[in-house]
Amino acid sequence: MAISAESALPEGLHPYAEGLEAGRVRYQSCGDCGAAQSLERHACQRCGSVRLAWRDAAGVATVYAVTEVARAPDDSFRTLVPYTLVLATLDEGPRVMAHAEPGVAIGDRVRAGFFRHGERTLLRFQRE
Amino acid sequence: MSDSLQRGAWLRGAGNTRFGRLAGSTPLTLMARAADAALAEAELSRAEIDGVLCGYATTLPHLMLADRFCEYASLQPAYAHGMAAGGATGGAMAMLARELVRAGRCRHVLVVAGENRLSGQSRDQSVQTLAQVGEPQIEVPNGASVPAYYALLASRYLMETGLPRDALADFAVLMRKHAGAHPDAHLREPLTAAAACAAKPVATPLLLSDCCPISDGAVALVVSAEPGPGRPVRIAGAGQAHRHQHLCAIDSVMTTGAGEAATRALGEAGIGVDGLDYLAIYDSFTITLLMLLEEIGVAPRGGAPARLLAGDFDVDGALPLNTHGGLLAFGHSGVAGGLMHLAEATRQLAGRAGDRQIGPRRRALFHADGGVLSSHVSLVLEAL
Repeated sequence: MAISAESALPEGLHPYAEGLEAGRVRYQSCGDCGAAQSLERHACQRCGSVRLAWRDAAGVATVYAVTEVARAPDDSFRTLVPYTLVLATLDEGPRVMAHAEPGVAIGDRVRAGFFRHGERTLLRFQRE
Repeated sequence: MSDSLQRGAWLRGAGNTRFGRLAGSTPLTLMARAADAALAEAELSRAEIDGVLCGYATTLPHLMLADRFCEYASLQPAYAHGMAAGGATGGAMAMLARELVRAGRCRHVLVVAGENRLSGQSRDQSVQTLAQVGEPQIEVPNGASVPAYYALLASRYLMETGLPRDALADFAVLMRKHAGAHPDAHLREPLTAAAACAAKPVATPLLLSDCCPISDGAVALVVSAEPGPGRPVRIAGAGQAHRHQHLCAIDSVMTTGAGEAATRALGEAGIGVDGLDYLAIYDSFTITLLMLLEEIGVAPRGGAPARLLAGDFDVDGALPLNTHGGLLAFGHSGVAGGLMHLAEATRQLAGRAGDRQIGPRRRALFHADGGVLSSHVSLVLEAL
């Protein structure tokens, strides 16, 4: 079984979650070819290098897909219903999932904001 | 080509339980009943089964479910293990069964899956288990469910193709119509387009009518070195594609891997999409069905609703589609839900569909996806 980042760092936050706590959107970028990665990778999607490092994004993105959720998966999110979720493409390239202000549309330019939900900080985009 | 690769692999028998709420059922009891039915149709005894491939069950997570099932069903195969590829598991099991038979490793492989997904857990438990196909750091913490993942895909796909949301409703209506003729289906009541469009939103643009139900049920198939009773049906081609696991890793909703998998399967069978006369396509949501049909090339982009409205996907149309009612209406009991499309295609091609038998059909395309259009398996079935 593969060793996950979580089990390798039992006490620490995941770099993405740690970024959110600090008010930053983080992504991995390749130390060899410079390609930005969507989600966490062991090897670069473009060149296969394993020299990947987490960086801070500027926080500006374009909405790729959007939904307004009417049925939440659990009680903690039921209090937020209806809420808007997006897939957004950061200007640096990677795609992230996040909350967004109601009414955002595909193609809208948005800027990162953050909110506290239970034990976590989550990403929430607002229109530019 | 070596001698072993020239061996055929035949879909020899299929069996299923009713789908819906089956009180008191467990994955093992359901799978055993479906397996009994498949063995009876295949005219094989338990002792003749020398391979077993078993799908996972969310209500019975187990390190070696195939062995547990074999013990319970009193099977002692020479080859057995569980498999997991989400909704594509049934197709992946059938594909591997074919390879095992063609390589001479097994003669009669039982492919089986089933679970009490509806009655064995609460709705919240089921939704939360399924939501874990999302990425744990960047996706799942946002409170997304599987319908929300597919809603995100749908928003983009409808925008890129220019289709209206209500084009999705006709697929839900058609699946209900087909399920209405099948005594084992979960949702048999007719659904009108107006009712489908008036259903409650789950995650826009998807309404409750765009989502499949959660069901109990099981399905089994025997893939064999020899054809079964009736018209022989073989697996003539197979292909897979795995381009991503998570939504954030899909570069474009227009290229998910479905086309790649289908091209491999059709290429192996030596035919094109125009050589098909039956379709068995995964339909966890209406948008899934629409995207798969168009990426596979059954219709041009944005053109699947027009083919539906022209009657092409009806039981007497050019390309009958999911004549049992699909996941949207026959029901979704996990791996078995995806396997049921294969059971139905096999029966229709073999002429074993009884009262529901459609006109003679020669070549079917089966396609299933797991995750969020993540794992893809295509099979081409051919009746001789």
